[in-house]
Amino acid sequence: MSAAERFLQRLTARRADDPSWVAARRQAGAARFEAMGFPTRRDEHWKYTDVRRIAEGDFALASDVAFDAASFDALRLEIDAHRLVFVDGQFSATLSDLDALPTGVSVEPLSQAMVANHEAVGGSLGRLAGVDFSPFTALNTAFADEGAIIRLSAGTVVDKPIYLLMLSRAGSQPVMSHPRVLVEAGARTEATIIEHYAGEPEAANFTNVVTEVMLDRGAIIDHYKLQEAALTDLHVASIHVDQGRDSHFNSYNMNLGGALVRTDLVTDLNAEGAEAAYNGLFFVQGRQHVDNHTLVNHNAPRTFSNENYKGVLDDRSRGVFNGKVFVKKDAQQIEAYQNNANLLLSDRAEIDTKPELVIYADDVKCSHGATTGQLDEDAVYALRSRGIDEPMARALLTLAFVGEVMDKVRLNVIAERVERAVAGRLPERFNLADLVETAEAIQEA
Amino acid sequence: MLEVKDLHVTIEDKAILKGLDLTVNAGEVHAIMGPNGAGKSTLSAVIAGKDGYEVTQGTILFEGQDVLEMEIEERARAGLLLGFQYPIEIPGVKNIYLLKAALNAQRAARGEGEIPAPEFMKLVREKSAEMKMDPSFLQRAVNEGFSGGEKKRNEILQMLVLQPKLAMLDEIDSGLDIDAMKVVADGVNSLRSADRAILMVTHYQRLLNHIVPDRVHVLVDGRIVKSGDKDLALELEARGYEWVLEESVA
Repeated sequence: MSAAERFLQRLTARRADDPSWVAARRQAGAARFEAMGFPTRRDEHWKYTDVRRIAEGDFALASDVAFDAASFDALRLEIDAHRLVFVDGQFSATLSDLDALPTGVSVEPLSQAMVANHEAVGGSLGRLAGVDFSPFTALNTAFADEGAIIRLSAGTVVDKPIYLLMLSRAGSQPVMSHPRVLVEAGARTEATIIEHYAGEPEAANFTNVVTEVMLDRGAIIDHYKLQEAALTDLHVASIHVDQGRDSHFNSYNMNLGGALVRTDLVTDLNAEGAEAAYNGLFFVQGRQHVDNHTLVNHNAPRTFSNENYKGVLDDRSRGVFNGKVFVKKDAQQIEAYQNNANLLLSDRAEIDTKPELVIYADDVKCSHGATTGQLDEDAVYALRSRGIDEPMARALLTLAFVGEVMDKVRLNVIAERVERAVAGRLPERFNLADLVETAEAIQEA
Repeated sequence: MLEVKDLHVTIEDKAILKGLDLTVNAGEVHAIMGPNGAGKSTLSAVIAGKDGYEVTQGTILFEGQDVLEMEIEERARAGLLLGFQYPIEIPGVKNIYLLKAALNAQRAARGEGEIPAPEFMKLVREKSAEMKMDPSFLQRAVNEGFSGGEKKRNEILQMLVLQPKLAMLDEIDSGLDIDAMKVVADGVNSLRSADRAILMVTHYQRLLNHIVPDRVHVLVDGRIVKSGDKDLALELEARGYEWVLEESVA
């Protein structure tokens, strides 16, 4: 039996009550996944990322949503938000909070939306993330039974972030989940959406999420993905974005956790004035492996993209950055900028970076660059010469390196959380929170 | 306070200092002058612990401690600070972070707790006002986008906050206009006290009009060949270094 077949066996066990359109969809996903199988490193898109740890794993499906209240409080972001919480992929009504949704906004767990409103959901789900995109998308399509369906009707500005918290539990039997997120942003809507992955420290589960975001004319969406799963968790994600005229999509893709992490981010800029900003940060230690594949398709004239990904790699960790910008023929006067900078804190850490520009139009402004280096030793010396010890000097400079990306983050609670995680390597007596506070107090005075 | 004896230093096997002796006592201000390439900057860099210099002979004692056995940061915490000729930019590290981390490191070395935030704020606001620096500089990355003069003022600001026992200033006057020179000199002069010392490296007499030294040394070809009081600097300004060279050879 192939690994794919073994995974799909879990599917037959529990899908008796699916509506027929869902069942058909699952079947298509399963068939495609079985045909493709798990990717191998012979596949160009997976050249640097070996998924055998997933393919050879044995993952059950969770059936309950019990979660320790104290660890929930410790893991969740302290943020005033419309909140949906999932535990190992299953929706927890108890931990969620959707009480005060304003009119014009609908946020539903996928399980409910599939049954209650199948026409609208069925029409959009999978429109951007087809089963051919990757074996994992197909696998997700076969299994997806939970997630979030977010719909904003034209002109709606959502007052608070919509916060999706995906929790992963530690247990004797690893589990898998295949969440699905769908965002349909009507014309001139504005919203901030957070996907936050966290969990118990020993969790060793497999999360395979697919997110689709559709922006109608003039919509503005800030999409945060904060992945700080356990260092033993396996995480695969694809984010598919489709943008209409004058729409803005700002992606903040921050990866701190996970043993094996792969994210695909794909945006189609389909009409004039559409603009995408990709801000990425990953910080890996130990033997973590993080792979970011990004793609921007400039399908229309006068579209804009700006990408800045930064990586910090320590110990024997490994990073992959593959950023592609594709400019269609006739997509004139577009602007596309891409930058990837990596900081290696250890001799044994490794980064494979590959920026790609494919341009078929002739009147464009494009640039890309990739740099990889170590900390500036002159700066280390300058700090030490003021009495700051070497580990702290290195920590300050590492923090400074990620600062450029973090400065773009508009949600303070996330910026601080990430800065603190990065500062985790600071000596204990170095009180970062106190420093930040002092700096802020002086600014205000 | 500082005792340098028979100091020999090479850079990549090239001899730079060739038996330098220097004693600086608490309460004194010393100026080291000399032609280009004499080893002036090397002396302060070696005392501060910069990499790339090999001490082949001699000793440096600071308050009786063997400086050459101390890590760079230990020297700073003990009260040895060097103001750089070319302060580097440290993108992303706010001035305020550097000042607080450095001050707390120094306090920890003395067995004191961290400085309370309000006290620290008061201190840095006062000291930046003395250096005629807008408090917004504290929020900016260290020296990033600073003009030459601002960088030098920032060096002195660090000194005022950290209050070194021995402040070494490497060509602190280079690139300063008259107004900035005055501010920098006032800052340095405010450090003068009976239990502190200052060691300046400079090319020009001009600085010494503002920070009047107790002792002036002429460093030529890796050795101090002549020492005197502030009048020696005036004489050097008028006559150049040639006569000292001739005198020392004779």
